[in-house]
This record gives sequence, C-alpha cells and structure tokens, in this order.
Amino acid sequence: MRFDKYEWTAISIMASLFILVGFIQGWSVSLVILNMCIISAIMTMGVNISWGYAGVINFGVMGFLAMGGLAAVLVSYPPVKEAWHVGGSGLGISFILLVVLVTSVYFITKLVEKKSHKYWLNGLVIFFGLIIIRHFFLNATDRIEEVDPALAGFLGGANLPIIFSWAVGGFFAGGVAFVIGKVALGLRSDYLAIVTLGISEVVVSVLKHEEWLSRGVKNVIGLKRPVPYEINLQSSDWFINMVTWFNSSKLNDIIDPNKKQEMLTNLVIDGSSLFVKLNYAVLFFIVMIVIYYFANKAQISPWGRMMRAIRDNEVSANAMGKDIVKQHLIIFVIGAAIVGVAGAMLVTLDGLFTPSGYRPLRFTFIIWIMVIVGGSGNNLGAIFGGFVIWFAWIEVAPLTTFLINLFTSGLDPQNAIRLHLLDSVPYFRYLLMGMVLLLILRYRPKGIIPEKVRHS
Amino acid sequence: MTDIINSFVVLLNFLIIPGLSYGSQLALGALGVTFVYAILRFANFAHGELMSFGAMITILFTWFFQSQNIGLGILPTALLALPFGILATIILGLLSDKFVFKYYRKQKSVPVVLAMVSIGVMFVVNAIIRIIVGTETIKFSDGQKFILKAKQFKVMTGLNEGLAIKSSQVITILITIALLTFTFWFLQKTKTGKSMRAFSDNEDLALLSGINPDRVVFITWLIVGTLACVAGTLYGLDKSYKPIIYLNLVLPIFASAIVGGIGSPFGAVVGGYVIAFSEIMVTYAYKKFFKYLLPENLEPSSLVQLLSTDYKFAVSFTILVIVLLIRPSGIFKGKVL
Repeated sequence: MRFDKYEWTAISIMASLFILVGFIQGWSVSLVILNMCIISAIMTMGVNISWGYAGVINFGVMGFLAMGGLAAVLVSYPPVKEAWHVGGSGLGISFILLVVLVTSVYFITKLVEKKSHKYWLNGLVIFFGLIIIRHFFLNATDRIEEVDPALAGFLGGANLPIIFSWAVGGFFAGGVAFVIGKVALGLRSDYLAIVTLGISEVVVSVLKHEEWLSRGVKNVIGLKRPVPYEINLQSSDWFINMVTWFNSSKLNDIIDPNKKQEMLTNLVIDGSSLFVKLNYAVLFFIVMIVIYYFANKAQISPWGRMMRAIRDNEVSANAMGKDIVKQHLIIFVIGAAIVGVAGAMLVTLDGLFTPSGYRPLRFTFIIWIMVIVGGSGNNLGAIFGGFVIWFAWIEVAPLTTFLINLFTSGLDPQNAIRLHLLDSVPYFRYLLMGMVLLLILRYRPKGIIPEKVRHS
Repeated sequence: MTDIINSFVVLLNFLIIPGLSYGSQLALGALGVTFVYAILRFANFAHGELMSFGAMITILFTWFFQSQNIGLGILPTALLALPFGILATIILGLLSDKFVFKYYRKQKSVPVVLAMVSIGVMFVVNAIIRIIVGTETIKFSDGQKFILKAKQFKVMTGLNEGLAIKSSQVITILITIALLTFTFWFLQKTKTGKSMRAFSDNEDLALLSGINPDRVVFITWLIVGTLACVAGTLYGLDKSYKPIIYLNLVLPIFASAIVGGIGSPFGAVVGGYVIAFSEIMVTYAYKKFFKYLLPENLEPSSLVQLLSTDYKFAVSFTILVIVLLIRPSGIFKGKVL
C-alpha cells in the first residue's frame, strides 16, 4: 500500500476537510459524516470490484444493501418464540414443498425430451405446486403477523451480537447476487443495468411487504449495538475519570465546586456521544482497511489480471481459455457481498431497519457517482470517491444556504424568490451530484484517482 | 345472463379500462425510450425526468391559464397548456443533446458510458424540477371528472355493477391513438421518417447515402420530447402529479420497451400494454368477478388474488426477465425503427 504524492495530497485534503468541519460545526457532526463516509466507501469498493475490475455492471446496490440490513435484523434481534410456535411448522412445510417443487422441475427438465412437453409439464407443476404452497404459507404468515402486532408480528432473529451480521450480510447479499447473476449475467451491459435495477426494486418490495420476515413497513427498531451505550458510559467511573483527565486544564480554572460539577456532567454527556461515534468509526475503519487490503491484493494477483483481461477484451480472454461466464458470476457475487457487508453496517449504525427507506436515487445512483468520480478500477479511488461525494452530499446544504443568502442579500428578506430558494435548499444536492458526474465524465473520464495498470 | 354481463362489467371497470389507460401511458413512454435507443443508441435513464419536466411545465401553464380564467369548459385546462409543455420538453431535450450527449456521440463512446451520462442528466433535471415545484403531490385536472358515473350507468342499464369512465382515461386513450397513428405514418410514409429508419438500421450506409445525421438527431428529439411530455402529462392527469413517481415509472417503461423489443416502435407499444395488463391482471382480486359466474355454494371465500398489489412492480420485472431469457431480442425483433 504505497501511495504516490498525488494520492497523499488527496488523502490529506480529505482529512483536513474533516478537521475543518470539526472546528466549525463541531466534532460530533464531523464524526457522523465520517462514519457514513466510511460505509459509503465500502459500498463503493463493492461496486468498484465488479465494475472496475471486470466491467460487470451492478445497478442492484440498493437491493444488496437491503439484504445486508435484513441480516442485521435476523442476527441480532431476539427470537419471537410465540411466532415460531404458531407459524414455524407451516413455514417448514411450505419450505419442504418448495424444495420438492424445485427438484421435480429440475428432473422434468432433465428427463422429458420433447421441448413442448417439457414447457407444458413444467408450467403445470409450477402452477399447482405454487397454489398448494401458497395455502400453507399464507396460513402460517397470517398467524405470525397476528402475534403481538404492535411490538413483534414477525419471527425475530437469532439473538447474537450484531457484529456477526456484517459477515452474514455479505453472505445474504452474495446469495441473492448468485441467483440474479445466474439469470441475468449473459445480458448486454445496458440490459444488465436495467435488470439489476429492477430486481433490486423487487428485493426491496419483498422486504417491505413480507412482514413475517422483516416486519415490513412497520420497521424494526432498537437493534443491539456493538459499542457501549451513552447512558452506561455516563455512569461508569473510568469514563468520567477519562473525561476529567482530558479536560483537566479547563476544569481546574473553575473554582466553584458546584459549577465544576455541572461542567463535568455536561462534558461527560457530550463526551459519551462523541466516544460512541468514535468507537463506530474505529470499527468501520478496521473493516474498510481489511477489505481494501484484500481488494488490492486480489487486483494485482493473477486472478485480478485475468479479470482485467476479460474486461478489456472478452474475445481474446475467451480464446486464452478463461471461462468468462463463470468469472463474471464470481466477481458479481463478491462485489455484491461487499455491498451487503456495508448494508449490515449501515443498519448497525442507525440501530433501526426501515425497508421503505431504500430508494434507488439515494442508494444506487449516488454510489455509482462515487465510483465514477473516485476512479473506477482503483480501490483508493473508490474510497476517495465515497468520502468526497458523501461529504459533499451533507455539506452542500449549509453551503447553499450561505450562497443563497449571499446572492439575495440585496433583496427584501421576505422576497418570494428568496424564500422559495431557501425552501428548496435540500434539492440543490441533486443538482450538484448531476453536475459533478457530468463534468467528471466529460473532463476526467477515469476519475479523480485513475486506475494504475501495473505491468509485471 | 345478467350475471355474465355483470361480471363482464366488473372486469371492464376495474381491469380493462384502467389497463388501457395505464398501458397507453407506458406505451408512449416506451416509444420515447425506443426512439432514443434506435437513433442515439443508448438507454436513456433521464427519460422519466423528461416526462416529469414536461408535465411540470404543463402544470405551470395550466395554473397561468386558470388564473386568467381561460379554460376549455368540460375538458381539462391542461390540454390547452400541453403545447407549451411539449415545446419546453423539446427544448430541454435539444439542450441536453447539445451540451451533453453530442460530445459522446462524436467520441463514439460505448453505450454504457452514455447511460451513465444520462444518469447525470437525470439528476440535474430532477433537481431543477424539485427546486421549481418541490416534491408535493399536485392535482391539476379540472373540467368534468367523469364521462360516465357508476350510478348513471346502473340506472341506465339496470345492472348491479356500475361502470365509471373517467374523462382522463378517455383523453389518454384518444390522444395515444392519435399520436401513435401520426408517429407510424411519419416513419413509414414521409421521406424524413424513412431516412430515420435507414439511419437506425445502418448508420454508415445512411451517411453514405447523404442523410444528414444532425437533422436525424434533431427530428428524434422533436419526437422524443413530444412523446415524453404527452406521456408525463397524461399520467399526471390520470393519477395526480408527483415528481418522485416518474423515477419509479422509468423501470416499467424500460420493461415495456425491452419486452416489445427495444428499438422497435411497434414492439414498444405492444410491450406497454403487455406490461400494464399483466401488472393489473396479476394483482387484481377476482372475488367479485367469480361471485357472478359461479353458483352460490362455490363462491370463493378469499379475494382470489394471485399477488398482493404491493408486488405490481415485481410483475413487470418477472416478465422482463422471462422474455429476456427466452427471447433476448424481445417479442418483435428490436434494434431497427
């Protein structure tokens, strides 16, 4: 991981931006942005692996993120025993029936020789099979959803520490990606973009409406945390001692013991929220560095170079005996899995799972802008893109407010145009994102930190 | 006998007429996507925003006319404002082509890059729309709301079931027929239309025969702008205008275009209706329909609904995936106008 001068400049500019925000808007704001930046960077690396290494387009980011989020719920939430009790057997039966259905379709496809017979037989088996399964399944899910609908109404999870879900989220997303890839990867790139975009919408709508699984639009709140709670910190001695030690000069200036105690309490409250965010940041940073390390290793390995060969010239890579379909599938699954890890982390950070919050504009297209802006094919570029774009996404609002106030300072403060513009401040970020994407694609199509091709 | 008629009226009221109007809106949208794909050769993700933009300008003019007390009587004022919306949408399309797409066309960029670029355009237009009218739902249909009310129909025919026809549905279907007829006549009969077909079939050959590419592109944006604005406005008239909806509409539109065979105008229209009808048919609850047809003891207790309405979206995509797997070029072989 040697960076050249240009890359160091990029890193240090980014770091100083965070420090600047820390001094102007407070360290809490700075850390909140940093946490989301790191998660965005991981998503971006996931997309970058499939698009940058192998040229496989993946517009299903939103769906894979949602799968990761689902993993966070299923791993960490305590199981709802009653729901299992009333609906478990029904779900089990429908699952077994589904397996039977799939195997029979498989054997029909294998054994029946005449093509038209095959289609008709399969169609009939699937139709009637689904009707039977539906009966058991709906019965079970209805019962599950009736269990204490205000608080539960779903199966719950495995009651494990939520940090495990980061890996599980990767597996979930990878599994979904495997199915999608099997079906869709043969398509041309722009078709693939549309199909993955559509399937991700389907995944999200399943999560939204299958309440027995994910509680749907009722959301899951109060997920566990991998880091301590502020309340516990505020009452623990070592933390208070630490805060006292950090602010000893400030505290020593105050002579009145009452005031001193009040000041200390405030400092502890502020410090605890800051400490929690810092813990998250450290955890996320470790994950990011690990993924970055392996992604880089993979890129310069023979496998990575083969991927580049496939990306740059499919025909000749094929002629060299590389199985393009298989490799495309592998890299699509890996990329999606990394996005799934980020999805689980996102839900961990928020502490809640809201399926209706997954929108393509925010969770697919912005991530793609990050990849393009940062530099596709370069992992550091991907991280940088994630940081820059998320930073801009947040900081554009205060900046626009400032600019609008500046430009309309000659106008009456109640001027209709001025008020309308101030109302629409949140929408200027879309304008900025679009402009940034267009400008980068036009004048620096390889991104801010372009791919480095190593010849070895 | 009346039972059979009753059940048919149920279908007509809840399935066929809504399907026809929604299908018309999808067909117009898909036709626009197909034109861009056949002539400019990329998947235009900004098409939904183009529709939204056209509808927005139409709404602004509708408001203006309403404030001046100019109206069309029983017809919605939006029809009067529609030409201005079309003009603005065409100008937006031409501007986006001049400042953005043209560069990549000259560079002969791969289609994926152009698709990315169109995402950039999508963001910018989306932002402009939100900055101008916000994100609230806007209802702008005025004039007479129903051509035929359910009660009137019941009195007229003496049937149990009512049939309601909204004027926006009739307007949608009529305008679609007119616009489609014109477009197909233009492509088949006029010299410019023929040159466009030649251009989409084989660009090099068309250039050699002296067809002016800039003119073809210009005409394309005229058609695409018109189609987009009309489709967007009709959708807004029918269901009320909401800027965010159009982004979600892009996917069924793409599905329609691809199912029909992207690049084939006829396919786009057929695809639009296929997607619309299958979305509605799969998610419709047939309980009422069967109530009239079956004897009383066989009456279904459940809703007889294949999938809940929440999965409307999934239906269009399942069809898309199946079509792409069985017949990748769509129902009608695509790629050529």
